[in-house]
Order: sequence, then C-alpha cells, then structure tokens
Amino acid sequence: MSLLEVDDLRLYFYTKRGTAKAVDRVGFRVEKNETLGLIGESGCGKTTTALAIMKLIKPPGQIVHGKILFQDRDIVSLDKEDMRELRGKGLAIIRQEAQNSLNPVMSIGKQIAEGLLVHDKIGKKEAWERAEHQLGLVGLDTKMISHFPHEFSGGMKQRAVIAMATVCRPQFLILDEPTTGLDVIVQRQLLSLINHLKQELGLTALLIAHDLAVIAETCDRVAVMYAGKIVEHSDTVSLYRKPLHPYSQALLSAYPNLKGEKKQLRSIPGVPPRLINTPYGCKFEPRCSYALEACKHQEPEMMYQDGRYVACHLFQA
Amino acid sequence: MNKQTPLLQIDNLQKHFSLQKGWKSVFAPSKAASLRAVDDITFELHPGEVLGFVGESGCGKSTMSRTLLRLIEPTQGVVRFQGRNILGLSRKEFNPYRRKMQLIFQDPFGSLNPRRTVAETIRQTINIHGLAHSRQEEAKLIERTLDLVGLKPIEEYWDKYPTLLSGGQLQRVSIARVLVLQPEFIIADEPVSMLDVSVRIGILELLQGLQKDFNISFLYITHDMITARHICDRIAIMYLGRIVEIGEADDIIQSPLHPYTQALMAAVPVPDPTAAPPNLPIKGYVPTDPKETVASCNFIQRCPYAVQTCRTQKPELRFVNNRHQVACFRLDF
Ligand SMILES: Nc1ncnc2c1ncn2[C@@H]1O[C@H](COP(=O)(O)OP(=O)(O)OP(=O)(O)O)[C@@H](O)[C@H]1O
Ligand SMILES: Nc1ncnc2c1ncn2[C@@H]1O[C@H](COP(=O)(O)OP(=O)(O)OP(=O)(O)O)[C@@H](O)[C@H]1O
Ligand SMILES: [Mg+2]
Ligand SMILES: [Mg+2]
Repeated sequence: MSLLEVDDLRLYFYTKRGTAKAVDRVGFRVEKNETLGLIGESGCGKTTTALAIMKLIKPPGQIVHGKILFQDRDIVSLDKEDMRELRGKGLAIIRQEAQNSLNPVMSIGKQIAEGLLVHDKIGKKEAWERAEHQLGLVGLDTKMISHFPHEFSGGMKQRAVIAMATVCRPQFLILDEPTTGLDVIVQRQLLSLINHLKQELGLTALLIAHDLAVIAETCDRVAVMYAGKIVEHSDTVSLYRKPLHPYSQALLSAYPNLKGEKKQLRSIPGVPPRLINTPYGCKFEPRCSYALEACKHQEPEMMYQDGRYVACHLFQA
Repeated sequence: MNKQTPLLQIDNLQKHFSLQKGWKSVFAPSKAASLRAVDDITFELHPGEVLGFVGESGCGKSTMSRTLLRLIEPTQGVVRFQGRNILGLSRKEFNPYRRKMQLIFQDPFGSLNPRRTVAETIRQTINIHGLAHSRQEEAKLIERTLDLVGLKPIEEYWDKYPTLLSGGQLQRVSIARVLVLQPEFIIADEPVSMLDVSVRIGILELLQGLQKDFNISFLYITHDMITARHICDRIAIMYLGRIVEIGEADDIIQSPLHPYTQALMAAVPVPDPTAAPPNLPIKGYVPTDPKETVASCNFIQRCPYAVQTCRTQKPELRFVNNRHQVACFRLDF
C-alpha cells in the first residue's frame, strides 16, 4: 500500500477569462520512505497539486474529479475537522516562499512550538524544549530560540520553516521549491539538511522544484509535469540517463552545465502553454520537434513500459 | 586582453553604512561601527565586455552597482566612465551619462508599475528623456524595442498589464524599458534569479544577443556560477565588499584558486542523480558583525586554511598569471 496515492485528479480554476485546467488527470503514488520529485516550468500546476493534497485550495479553484488517498483515506471527501487533525502529524507542507511569511512579531521558538501545542497536547514547557531540540536538528543555534524572524538571514529562516514543518514528525512532507531564490551556498547547505532529515526522520516526501539538479540530488523518483499533466514518471536515474518524453529531453538538454565543454545556451523553443481553452491533442505538440499528425488531435494516454510511465504518441504501441 | 581605453574604471571604491543609531552617530561617530558593504573595489570594464560579479547574498553586489550609477553616493573612490570621473560631476553635468548607464533589477514583479500597460511603460521612458518628436516616431520606437526583446507578436503585448504577464515576459519589458535609451553600459543585478530555469536561458540569450549586436558592456551580478560561466568574458568573485579573485571566465571555472571561489563551485547542484553530493569546504554564513574583520582577511571566519598572517593583514589582489588575480596569502606559501 502506498502512503499517498493520487488518482485521476482534476482541479480547475473558474476565472473570468475561462476555465484553467491547472491539474488535469494527474495520478501518482508515493511509497513509504521515498521522495518523489515534481518538476516542470512555472505555471504548470505543481503548487496547485501540492495544495490539493493539503486541502488548501480556495475558490475559484475546485477539485472536480479524482481521489487523493492518504493511508487509504480519501482526503477529497474529508471534512474540515478531520483535515485539521491530519495536518501537522499526518501531512505537512513547506509552502513556496514560506521563509517570507513567518510571523514577524512572534519568536521563532513560539512559532515552532505552536504546532506541538495544537497537535500533541503537551505542556508549554515541554513544547519549548522540543522546539529547542528541533532548532539543533535543522542546524540552527539553539540560543536563537527566542529570536525574531528579522534577526535571521534568508537561509536561516528557511531552516526555521523546515523545523516548524517537521516538529510534529509528519508521515508525509511536501516541500514546495525549498531552495528557490536562495543563494548557492545556502542552497547547498539546505540540500544537505534535507537529505540528512530524510535519513534521520525516515521522511516520505514530495519535493517540488523547477531545477533538475535540485531534484537529482534529493529524489528517488520524478514526475515531469507539463500544462497541468504528468507526461513522464520514472526513477530518477533512468530519467536523467534516458529521458523518454520529448519535453523531458528538452528540459535536460536546455540545462546549462558548470563543468566540461561549454554548451551553446539554448532555451526550449516556442511559448509556454496556456491552461485556458487548450487545444485538443498533446499539450506539448506545438513545441515538439517530433510531433506526429496524431499528436494534434488525440491526447496521448499514460503508457507503462519497463518500470517507467510516459504519455507520448511516439511510445504508443 | 584589451588594449583600448576601458569604458569604466573603478578605483578604490568604498561605501560604508553606519551601524550606530541615535545621537551618538551624529556627535561621536565611530569608524568601527560602520559596515563596509563595499570595502575597496578596483577593476576595469572594456567596451563590449561582459564582466560577472559573483558572491553570496549580503556581500555587497547591489550596493556596488548602485554606487557606480550614483544612485547612492560612495564613501570614497573614483568611478571613471569613458575617462571622466563621474563622481565629481554636478547633477547637471551627470545627466548625459545617466542615459548611457542603466540598471536591470532582480525582481521583475516589483519593478514595473502595475497600472501601466507594456506600451505605456516604455512610452514613459521615451517621454522623460525626450526621445521622440512625434506620436508616430514614438510608436515606431516602442514597436522596434518590443521586437528587439522578443515580445512578439507585438499586438499581443502592447496593451497588456503586468499582472497578465509571466516572470520572463516581465523581465523582457524591464529590458525593453532600458534598451530604448540605447545605453552603452548595463548592470544586470540578478536578472534571472527569480525565474524558472528554462525561462532563465531565454533571458540570458537575449542579453547575449544585445551585447553582440549593439556592443553594450555588461556587469552581470549573480550568485550562480553556471550562468556566469555561460555569458561572461571575465568573472570577479566578491566577498564582503572585496574582489577575492578575478580573471577570464574559463580560468576561474577550470582552476578556481581562492577557497571562497572553490566553495561557490562546490555548492552548485549537480544534475546527475548518480553523482556523490559535493562537500562544501566552508561553513557558516556571511558574518554580520563587521568588527571582527577590521584588521584581518575578510574571509577569515569561514576559511578552512587560515593561518596567522590572515589574522593580521588584508590580502591584496595579485597576479598568478597575466589574466588571473587572487587575493589570498596561501598563494605565497
Ligand atoms: N487562485 C487562482 N486563480 C486562477 N488561476 C490560478 C490560481 N492559482 C493558480 N492558478 C493558475 O493555475 C496554474 C498553475 O499554478 P501553480 O501555482 O500550481 O503553478 P506552479 O507549477 O507551482 O508554478 P511556479 O513554478 O511558478 O510556482 C497557473 O497557470 C495559474 O495561473
Ligand atoms: N542602506 C543600507 N543601510 C545599511 N546597511 C545596508 C544598506 N544597504 C545595504 N546594506 C548592507 O550592506 C551589505 C551588502 O548588501 P547588498 O544588498 O549590497 O548585498 P548583495 O550582495 O546585493 O546581496 P543579495 O545577493 O542579497 O542581493 C548587507 O550586509 C546589507 O545589509
Ligand atoms: Mg509553485
Ligand atoms: Mg543584491
């Protein structure tokens, strides 16, 4: 049994300009103790998928179809009370840019202990002690427990945010762009911390990023998302060694290298897709250099082949 | 490398911020209580050259950029643009230079007025600088600029408000606004760090094209060695207000000599799941207490190789070969 299973999820935003299919027939599983990466261009629906799992989608967004099974319970049909119960200890999320939304007038210690007081029914003193321990775990000086967010650098804030999300020892953690916007050295330190916590706490996680290298360093498997859909899903090593979907290939070949011969910089040609009034057929067809006639009219189904999933007409039997 | 006169010559540039608060800062200002955000910078930039400035958050990159453009006044130093010290100029004398030297910001979302359409944004710049003499000329200029930055088809972007544009498109609008002035020198301060990896490449391609087509000189400010490698001719590594290493991009990437440069290289994530994660040779953060490095090498707290000399003197930049300079005592041993 997978810890988390998303099945045929469809989540639409009903806007004035039309219906945006931000998540369209998305399915994946995450097994216990594994980290799944979700990668794709800006606006392809990564955060929306994550927020759906946390049941944090607000109008005009709406889940119109599908199941999200966490330990075999369907999150889609849970009520507010059950969901509150589940957050923190069951499911936790580090939201995109969370380091910028810390409460400026509350000490870091209090913000970490808050989750414990809500979910663990323990006293203030014990909560404070565990918050202190938690700071050490994420590599911060425990003396900083009574400091306020403005005294922290960007990287230290992100460590505090990780401490907050993991203090109740959630069974499933979502990290939405945990290192984006931070500088390289801080990013390296955070990647080491994430990998350390995966071991230390036996985390099961969904890690969202638009940087292939960040995914390569942290994830066991990867789902590649394009225009609200998952187009390829495989173990990380196979995907990087031999990407099957033309979009995955384009992502990999557009990635600039630090070592070795200097490549000519080349972005993926064409424009990023719209989510409103999308044409029939494969969403990547207008930018794909291998497109067939069928790609224009018919949406490719997800195919299973040698332990990998790919949705592309080139691979349809 | 280049025998012509430099476009820009920076000598001993410094910018200190006072850390004292209240009356004491007025009546008894103390030297030790200031933050040397730019602590002695010297370099040259040649016409058509792209020079990268790479360093962590807080090491003074933006402060240096603003000082160069006189958006803030330096504490000390000389900034020569086409041979003329622009710091000594009156506001009026400086005006003609203002147009030639431009800045592109990191945050495309925050740097555009949300109530102006794409065309209005560029029109405003045209009007402020009196670049067009008729409506028709103005429209032509806007059209040509949008075309240059790749916002095509033009009709689709002309009347759009920023909220309807993606990050990459917004950054193209900011570039258009700068380009319409036909600058000779552009500082791009982390122009792509807020953007998605795949959008990043498109913007860098655009900047590279502009450099080639119009011979514009660039200072490219970033903390990312990968993009610096791809678009810069030379790279300067900056730490706490000083250049610790500077040279041809290939030399810096292939044989980084300063321990800080080596750390920046090791920090870059590797897009290969089978590679062992690199070990970061330095620890900790950019220190925030400037007092500790008044007499020593600025990198002392984080350096794995520090020796006694490093505690008592500041290393100067020295040539290791005719195109590569490093400021580190370890090279003397
Ligand atoms: N509240 C909303 N109302 C209307 N549309 C929305 C809303 N939230 C998201 N969307 C749309 O849903 C799509 C997916 O957005 P989402 O934030 O999930 O993308 P993402 O993959 O996380 O992108 P990024 O990498 O930029 O974070 C976008 O095209 C966005 O315009
Ligand atoms: N107006 C100011 N008053 C006081 N200190 C300042 C001021 N502006 C900048 N500083 C300080 O100067 C140092 C250098 O800041 P600067 O913004 O130049 O760094 P940076 O290299 O551009 O960093 P980033 O990568 O985060 O943009 C920092 O310690 C900053 O806090
Ligand atoms: Mg997102
Ligand atoms: Mg800056």
